[in-house]
Amino acid sequence: MRSPPELAIRALRRAADCDGCLALVEELAAVHVRWAGDSLTATGLARSRRLTVVCVRGSSAGVVSRSGALDDDCLDDLVAEARHAAGGEGAEQAQPLVSGPAAEDWAQPPAETEAGVLAGFATRMRAAIEDDAGGSRLSGYAEQQVSTTYLASSTGLRLRHQQPAGVLDLVAARADGSASAWGGVSTACIADLDVASLRARLDRQLRWTCRRAELRPGKYQVLLSPACVADLMLQLYRAAGAREAISGQGPFSRSGGRTRLGDRLGPAGLTLRSDPDEPGLGCAPVLLARASEDRTSVLDNGLRLLPTRWIADGVLTALVQTRETARLTGQQPTAEIANLVLEGGQDGATLAELIAGTERALLVTSLWYLREVDAQRLLLTGLTRDGVYLVEHGEVVAMLPDFRFNESPVELLSRVSEVGRTEPTLPREWGDNLSRVAMPALRVERFDVSAVSR
Amino acid sequence: MRHAVDPSFLALPLEGLANAALTRADELGADDASVRILRTRTGRLRLRDGIVQAATDSVDTGLGVRLVHDGAWGYAATMDLSTAAAARAAEQAVAVARACRPLRRSPVILAGEAVHPRAVWVSSYDIDPFDVPEGERVALLASWSHRLLAAPAVQHVLALFTAVRENRFYADTAGTRATQQRVRVHPMVIAFGGVPEGETQSLRTSGPPAGRGWEYLTGSGWDWDAELAALPDELAAKSRARPVRAGNYDLVIDSSNLWLTIHETVGHATELDRALGYEASYAGTTFVPPDGAGTLRFGSPLMNVTADRTTDHGLATIGVDDEGVAAQSWELVRDGVLTGLQTDRRTAALTGASRSTGCSFAESAEYPPLARMPNVSLRAAPTGPDVAGLISAVPDGIYLAGANSWSIDPRREHFQFTAQRCYRIRSGRLDGQLSGVAYQGRTTEFWGALAALGGPGTYGLFGADLCGKGQPVQASAASHGCPAAVFSGVRVVRAGAEDGL
Repeated sequence: MRSPPELAIRALRRAADCDGCLALVEELAAVHVRWAGDSLTATGLARSRRLTVVCVRGSSAGVVSRSGALDDDCLDDLVAEARHAAGGEGAEQAQPLVSGPAAEDWAQPPAETEAGVLAGFATRMRAAIEDDAGGSRLSGYAEQQVSTTYLASSTGLRLRHQQPAGVLDLVAARADGSASAWGGVSTACIADLDVASLRARLDRQLRWTCRRAELRPGKYQVLLSPACVADLMLQLYRAAGAREAISGQGPFSRSGGRTRLGDRLGPAGLTLRSDPDEPGLGCAPVLLARASEDRTSVLDNGLRLLPTRWIADGVLTALVQTRETARLTGQQPTAEIANLVLEGGQDGATLAELIAGTERALLVTSLWYLREVDAQRLLLTGLTRDGVYLVEHGEVVAMLPDFRFNESPVELLSRVSEVGRTEPTLPREWGDNLSRVAMPALRVERFDVSAVSR
Repeated sequence: MRHAVDPSFLALPLEGLANAALTRADELGADDASVRILRTRTGRLRLRDGIVQAATDSVDTGLGVRLVHDGAWGYAATMDLSTAAAARAAEQAVAVARACRPLRRSPVILAGEAVHPRAVWVSSYDIDPFDVPEGERVALLASWSHRLLAAPAVQHVLALFTAVRENRFYADTAGTRATQQRVRVHPMVIAFGGVPEGETQSLRTSGPPAGRGWEYLTGSGWDWDAELAALPDELAAKSRARPVRAGNYDLVIDSSNLWLTIHETVGHATELDRALGYEASYAGTTFVPPDGAGTLRFGSPLMNVTADRTTDHGLATIGVDDEGVAAQSWELVRDGVLTGLQTDRRTAALTGASRSTGCSFAESAEYPPLARMPNVSLRAAPTGPDVAGLISAVPDGIYLAGANSWSIDPRREHFQFTAQRCYRIRSGRLDGQLSGVAYQGRTTEFWGALAALGGPGTYGLFGADLCGKGQPVQASAASHGCPAAVFSGVRVVRAGAEDGL
């Protein structure tokens, strides 16, 4: 098989008669293991390659992707189809391709991962399972992948980005199913995971379930764990597209094609930001997109991503922009960046310290099934899962039943009364989309408990 | 009209690749092995206000080897369709099984299945959507968009179209060989706007994804003309809707909304792998016990639900599943009592069943197959009324049409659903649209409140084509047929209201 750089360059040569061309080669190597109690439920190793070619003719871009071995015949077909698809009328993007130099690591081979990565993990996980001090059943999933992306353009770009990503999802449940606790970790390498300490944390949460308390629908002060905050902020980030806002859609729109840039959303000091060079959360320093949609344009591929504050000191300061929407709104082209950090502006308290400083609140450790009820407000419905507790006089005193809420993460920011210490975390539900996040726990007032599970 | 399997797929060295992998698996001591070679072509179009925003065409091709080695699963996938790579994938699958062996205590055992040595199956469609020039596809969506934009109430239009053609080759050590092809399409239009004195709203077409070809967009299986014609007035009415008052209401739920409730509360609840706890760390479990068939009262005696992978134009319809099991049809609920569950070969064996119900599926060769939902459908009342007839029998209630948001707990018990359009019913007649309507319930109580079923004229085959499950998460598609139905005394809240009332 041809090397990824060779494949990309050949695609560009075959499209030399177009006004412009981009070639994106994505190489993925991944291994995973999943288990439930004594049963191994899934394992896998995968190697895949995807080539996406973007041909530009006039204002129109044709985008065609193929995955597989990709021989020369396939390459000919692919470029011909992309060239043909670019012949359509009425496409909206008209931005020139990004130009730039060749990177030094351009010709390096793609990174690999092998089954051996799983062996060490499985052995350590087995030891954690057998260390059954809490009498719980463990179910979980671990994954290690590494993607290597090559971007070449007719304007000179030759870029390579290597992204390792590992995930561990772990649920500890009492043998009778009466209580459960979840913990998740996002890491560059699962070989570095401290499985035993995660298990100990879950056992501690299960010990909180010895006493049960009732809950009624209403408004409560809640302590949201960093993982919960991550799921909510990812929804906010996904709704923060400039195109939707200037079209009068979504929570950041105003009438007359204006946006809510400059509006105060949360308390002073609160900052939501992304930075490709964020320590421990590093991600691609340029835009890599294989399809266009409201928030992304394939023509922006290679655009340098700069540190961006979406919310600064509580005020909305940037929306996710393509170069086209940036032109329309008069803003900088702040493209989507594949990490997200929420901070309170000062050294906040840990979740344990927040609990210690609480008179009475609900402690929520993970959220599930967040779905949009009203797009204009970004009103979401969702549920708590695997761990809701009652905090009184600085201590967790009882387990509570799960509950349903209807809340907007945008509106919720205005009811934040305390911001905890920011730490890396894993969004329980939406970590598949973006797992490189760092969030604080939040204390939120008047959180809506709409219905309580029986 | 039945098409033939795409010759370019048949031109791949399918048999040779499979034999190379299966032979190597056998040499390495695998107890059971299968090979899948998949090629999936996906075309997507996205038009904003009639202008093309994105047009993509992707083809994913790969080979996956699944085996059981020393009682542990092993799986490996490769993009390289050479016999050497296929054999290497078998070796890697064994290496994965060995690496993960510490996490298995109970060995994998699979239920038996007859050998299907030369199965060939093609789904039912007239026009392959990839045979339609892209310009023609764009022109139709643009015409729909411009037609809507001409209405005063419509400010913006998003038009989306997805077409998928799957080619699947399956081979296992028992001797089954299955070559299959299926096609599905999903057009969707969302209109944004309203009246000047009202709130900005959006309204989406209810036309579902379907196991059909391009003919679906030109009137075969769904009346797009009628739906698009009604959309502007319905959007204007939605922007003028008055807030619902929370309380318990009798609900008349149109089939365009009820299908999603069936998907979440019945379809997922009756997956045996959930009942066994296999999805505890992600998609969740179910309130249905593994041995609940025959005893668990699921709903009112009016409730009869079937599962199948055989319905014409169904999204989950296929000839042979991803474990070599032939497609079947079976009962899930009869007269309100649970009678069956959905299984793959492993979960079937764990409950002592002689055979899987054939629910194994993987979205691509990259991932191992897992138990996925078949088509799950609620039977209509043979002589039941039409929607107007159902509404006329409700003195004080709400009529809901079109699916919107959905959310349910990991045990598939406590849920909340909303709709595209909600109408107040007073004295058996519609009395304007309502806003903020969200109905909540507990699965068995909700189905126990099923008070009336519409007749065959209210029946529609709807479905979902992006249902996620498993880790790594995989998408699958399933259809759900149902009539309109009446449910008594269902809790309705005004979602997002400050006081919830």
